[in-house]
Amino acid sequence: MTPMTGYIELSYLDLAIAALLVVLNAGLSLAFGLGLERRMLLAALRMAAQLLLVGFVLQALFDTVSLWLTALVALIMALFAGREILARQERRLAGWWGYGIGASTMLLAGMVVTLLALSGPLRPDPWFDPRYAIPLFGMILGNAMTGISLGLDSLTTMVGRERAGIEAQLLLGASRWQAMRTVAQRALRTGFTPMLNSMAAAGVVFLPGMMTGQILAGVAPEQAVKYQILLLFLIAGATGLGVLSAVMISVWRLTDDRHRLRLDRLR
Amino acid sequence: MLQVENLQRPDDLPSGQYVLGPISFRIERGECLALTGTSGAGKSLLLRALVDLDPNRGEVTLGGVPRAEVPAITWRRRVAYFPAEPGWWLDHVGDHIPDRPGACEILAQLGFADPDDVMSWPISRLSSGERQRIALARGLSCDMPGAPKVLLLDEPTSALDTDSCALVEALLQRHLDKGAAILLVSHDPAQVARLAQRSLHMVGGKLVGTA
Repeated sequence: MTPMTGYIELSYLDLAIAALLVVLNAGLSLAFGLGLERRMLLAALRMAAQLLLVGFVLQALFDTVSLWLTALVALIMALFAGREILARQERRLAGWWGYGIGASTMLLAGMVVTLLALSGPLRPDPWFDPRYAIPLFGMILGNAMTGISLGLDSLTTMVGRERAGIEAQLLLGASRWQAMRTVAQRALRTGFTPMLNSMAAAGVVFLPGMMTGQILAGVAPEQAVKYQILLLFLIAGATGLGVLSAVMISVWRLTDDRHRLRLDRLR
Repeated sequence: MLQVENLQRPDDLPSGQYVLGPISFRIERGECLALTGTSGAGKSLLLRALVDLDPNRGEVTLGGVPRAEVPAITWRRRVAYFPAEPGWWLDHVGDHIPDRPGACEILAQLGFADPDDVMSWPISRLSSGERQRIALARGLSCDMPGAPKVLLLDEPTSALDTDSCALVEALLQRHLDKGAAILLVSHDPAQVARLAQRSLHMVGGKLVGTA
């Protein structure tokens, strides 16, 4: 095995040089009259500010190594991701359900899988070491979020479009689960697709970000690849769990105990 | 047979979604009751409420048994609703029909020369008249022993030619003779005169008169 070779430290000047590329883009936008220069510069500034801030938070978190602080940060991340899921749906469940289903299933799936990884393959000391727990949780959350939001968006869109077919089944004496089956299956398939695609294309079409990062940081490729494989498995598990529970809870909420389709609960 | 007391929209549903009732009436065994009214008068809403497809409140009893005591799935097999535009969820006719022999028998009565062949027809190529008749066969066959006791029919012949229309009416008459009750929405006064003994008229979600 190749030993760790260390990594090249970056200075703020290095970042400024790279930032010139964005300025160049903005210049091009100006030259071609795209009207994107303001948004582009703002987005770049926002990205840099957010990430620098996160860097400080992570540094503080790593220095204190507190279970409660780690849990709090994870919770805040999940709450933001819940909002993101909601924003990506064209039609959503009315009231708190719309936000609640996305946020809670994601928190659940992310937590279960992260805890599994921390207690099984990784075993840091202490077990909640934020240096492992937070980045892991963040990557799992981000991917589960994409799956859940796609799955829910597909479900709520399709349930409106397929209303006549669903109600026809209910009228013939089908239960709500039988009548919603086709729609739920399609929503699940949509939710699982990005995760399947990223597993199928990893290493061939693109080099996954985490692995690339580790290699740049001087980790031997063999180890970096193992980490990446572990992470993809964890993501697959969390996405599966999250999408399945989010879609099934939504199906339950979109119907009632008299086996009626309740589109009035959407808005 | 079917008794309806103060059927109406529940209070807890966001207002403005639909207006219905309170509505009270009854249909006897072997009776066909016509339901008339302009489009938007609430006829389909009433049928949907009777079959418990929309939230509603009020007393509905079938043969003396309150609807609340009957599971929704069983209720819809006894009180069958046929919407004006039937729904489909798979690609071919046969995918939608659990009881093929029963449905084929009815399709033959409704003028399909080769009912077995109909099963392989794609839904997307059906005419609206074919859809109506196939949906009727599908619903009437899905619970063969003891067939539905009450039929709620929303313009069952709106897309049919005179001959097919006569076949559907003959089929409905046979169900009436066997003791079924029918609530028939129809815009055709001649059909109402042929099939129904009484009629109800709806305006703005309420019953305004009987004849």
